[in-house]
Amino acid sequence: MKIIVCVKQVPDTAATMAVDNGAISWGDAPLIINPWDEFAVEAALNLAADQGGEVIALCLGKEGETEAIKHALAMGADSAVMVSDPALKGADNVAASKVLAAAIQKIGEADLVLFGQQSVDTDTGLLPVQTARLLKMPSLTLVSKFESVNPDDGKVQVLRSMEEAGQVVDSSLPAVVSVTKDYGEPRYPSFMGIRKASKAEFPIWSLADLGIEMPSSSIAWPEVTEPVQKEIVTEIIEGGTPEEKAKSLVEKLIAEKVL
Amino acid sequence: MDFGLSKEHQMVQRMVRDYAAKEVQPTIQEQDRVGGMAPFIIPRMAELGILGITIPVKYGGQGMDYISLGLVSEELEFIDTSLRVVISVHNGLTCLSLLQWGSEEQKEKYLVPLAKGEKIGCGAFTEPGAGSDFAHIQATAKKDGRDYILNGEKMWISLATAANFAVVTVRTDQKTDQAYQGLSTFLVDLGSPGITRGDIHGKLGVRAGSTGWINFQDVRVPAENLLGEEGEGFKVTMSAFDSGRYTVAAGATGLIRAALEASKSYAEERDAFGGKISDFQLIQAKIARMSLDYQAARLLYLKAGWLKNQGVRNTRETSAAKWYATDASFRAAAEAVQIHGAYGFSDEYPVERFMRNAKGAMIYEGSNEIQSLIQADYALDKRRDKKIRRELPPYDHQTWT
Repeated sequence: MKIIVCVKQVPDTAATMAVDNGAISWGDAPLIINPWDEFAVEAALNLAADQGGEVIALCLGKEGETEAIKHALAMGADSAVMVSDPALKGADNVAASKVLAAAIQKIGEADLVLFGQQSVDTDTGLLPVQTARLLKMPSLTLVSKFESVNPDDGKVQVLRSMEEAGQVVDSSLPAVVSVTKDYGEPRYPSFMGIRKASKAEFPIWSLADLGIEMPSSSIAWPEVTEPVQKEIVTEIIEGGTPEEKAKSLVEKLIAEKVL
Repeated sequence: MDFGLSKEHQMVQRMVRDYAAKEVQPTIQEQDRVGGMAPFIIPRMAELGILGITIPVKYGGQGMDYISLGLVSEELEFIDTSLRVVISVHNGLTCLSLLQWGSEEQKEKYLVPLAKGEKIGCGAFTEPGAGSDFAHIQATAKKDGRDYILNGEKMWISLATAANFAVVTVRTDQKTDQAYQGLSTFLVDLGSPGITRGDIHGKLGVRAGSTGWINFQDVRVPAENLLGEEGEGFKVTMSAFDSGRYTVAAGATGLIRAALEASKSYAEERDAFGGKISDFQLIQAKIARMSLDYQAARLLYLKAGWLKNQGVRNTRETSAAKWYATDASFRAAAEAVQIHGAYGFSDEYPVERFMRNAKGAMIYEGSNEIQSLIQADYALDKRRDKKIRRELPPYDHQTWT
């Protein structure tokens, strides 16, 4: 079974975001693997362990920004591919999905393509669906569990976890799956894995290697502004007894249409 | 000269930071209130390979270098000192002593299960009547056929009740010219008949850790368990301190960072006199000092780690790192309490725990007064490193992995 897991490097979630000259900036925050992608890597590793097969980490990014790929390798991915090209600077997710789809086709014969459900920097959650459409594969989003996977029969059954319901879905393989954090805690990289990852070599493909031109972006961000600061008003609920305070609190919450 | 951490080091740092933040931080304040080490701590550290991080793979370890050991210590003490103490005692005093002084048979028998985390080790050196004056310890071992018979008491021993094995230094010769010449070190199975042990309660700090005493009453230890040769105990023990102090220094650096982060966070949200207290220069001075101390302490321990990687004696550098970092960590924690005002006096915030925890490291593994004397002796050319029979091996990526 061949599983491709798409990973992305993002600024450390502890970093402070600011708007600088009309663009979003994380300052000199270190890059990390997108935390959502760790769940996808965990799922890929478990599936490969159960079914036999290989896990290939695929990353689109600047050459040298290898944090996400190395993290996936340190967790246990068998190999990795990086796609990097100066022309990709500023690519939106439509363009990114076209590049990823081309890379997935070049790797070839994937049974499953896994993504984290979204990235913490752009937060769109669109890439898995867009990539699935381009690959003409079924798109299974918000998956928290693989009920069964049968690559020989070309079938997979997953549990989708949505806010108010779970949904069991049968699908054919190959398929594109986005994995939620309900899948289960991702493992930490092992020290052995860290050593392997730090010395791992992997191909870096340009757009020319993929045989494609730079796809045009459909979206631009002509203006980015800081979020409006909300004024917070604090009010002490008065009352002689806890019951009176509770009654007063409920009345205020109803008046503010919170309840 | 390269001050940057390698990708490998950065990944080690992040892995341990994530582990401690996710799995220990949420409950550490409560564990500190309750007292004693949570039962999941040591098994999980073993499972993650932390207990054998700087031991060659062929001896059951993870084959990482000494810089990694320092980074792990810093990250663990950023969350709580009790975690780093496990590293100092199990990895520093026990595993690295075995790596340096152990025979191949001893390494196979003791180091392999310790590095795998299947067994836990501790260093039993201090006694009720001898700490800084270590040469005058009272515990004894007398030769009896092919065995030695140990008697005496060791106190302030971290992991005393959690460990399976102890590296124990005792007096084997009462008639030497100098007291330090009559000492020998043994590997002792703490399940041996004649050993009793217990925890010490009522500690100022490291309450989420394990500190205790071990009593030896006619404990029979095979002669093959001598670590080093008879009479080499002082050198073995001082070597153990070179390893242990390194982790103490790195850990204290993590505590400075914890105090700094907590202070920054509080100062940027606390209003007084119509502004945030982070805008006040007296608060800024305290935070600036913490930041300076963090940078200095970090450079000191990383230099000591770099020397260890090269296989160069580092008693002077490790002692300086330990002295500076532990003094600075107490100062940083105390100032963090001050910045937090009355809230700092409460265990609602972590800074009072940082302050209580920081004090111990100024006393154990050689008090800072002893570190001061060591530095004076080096500075005044009264002390030069003498060659010892076994040096701590340098880090060799080829043979360690």
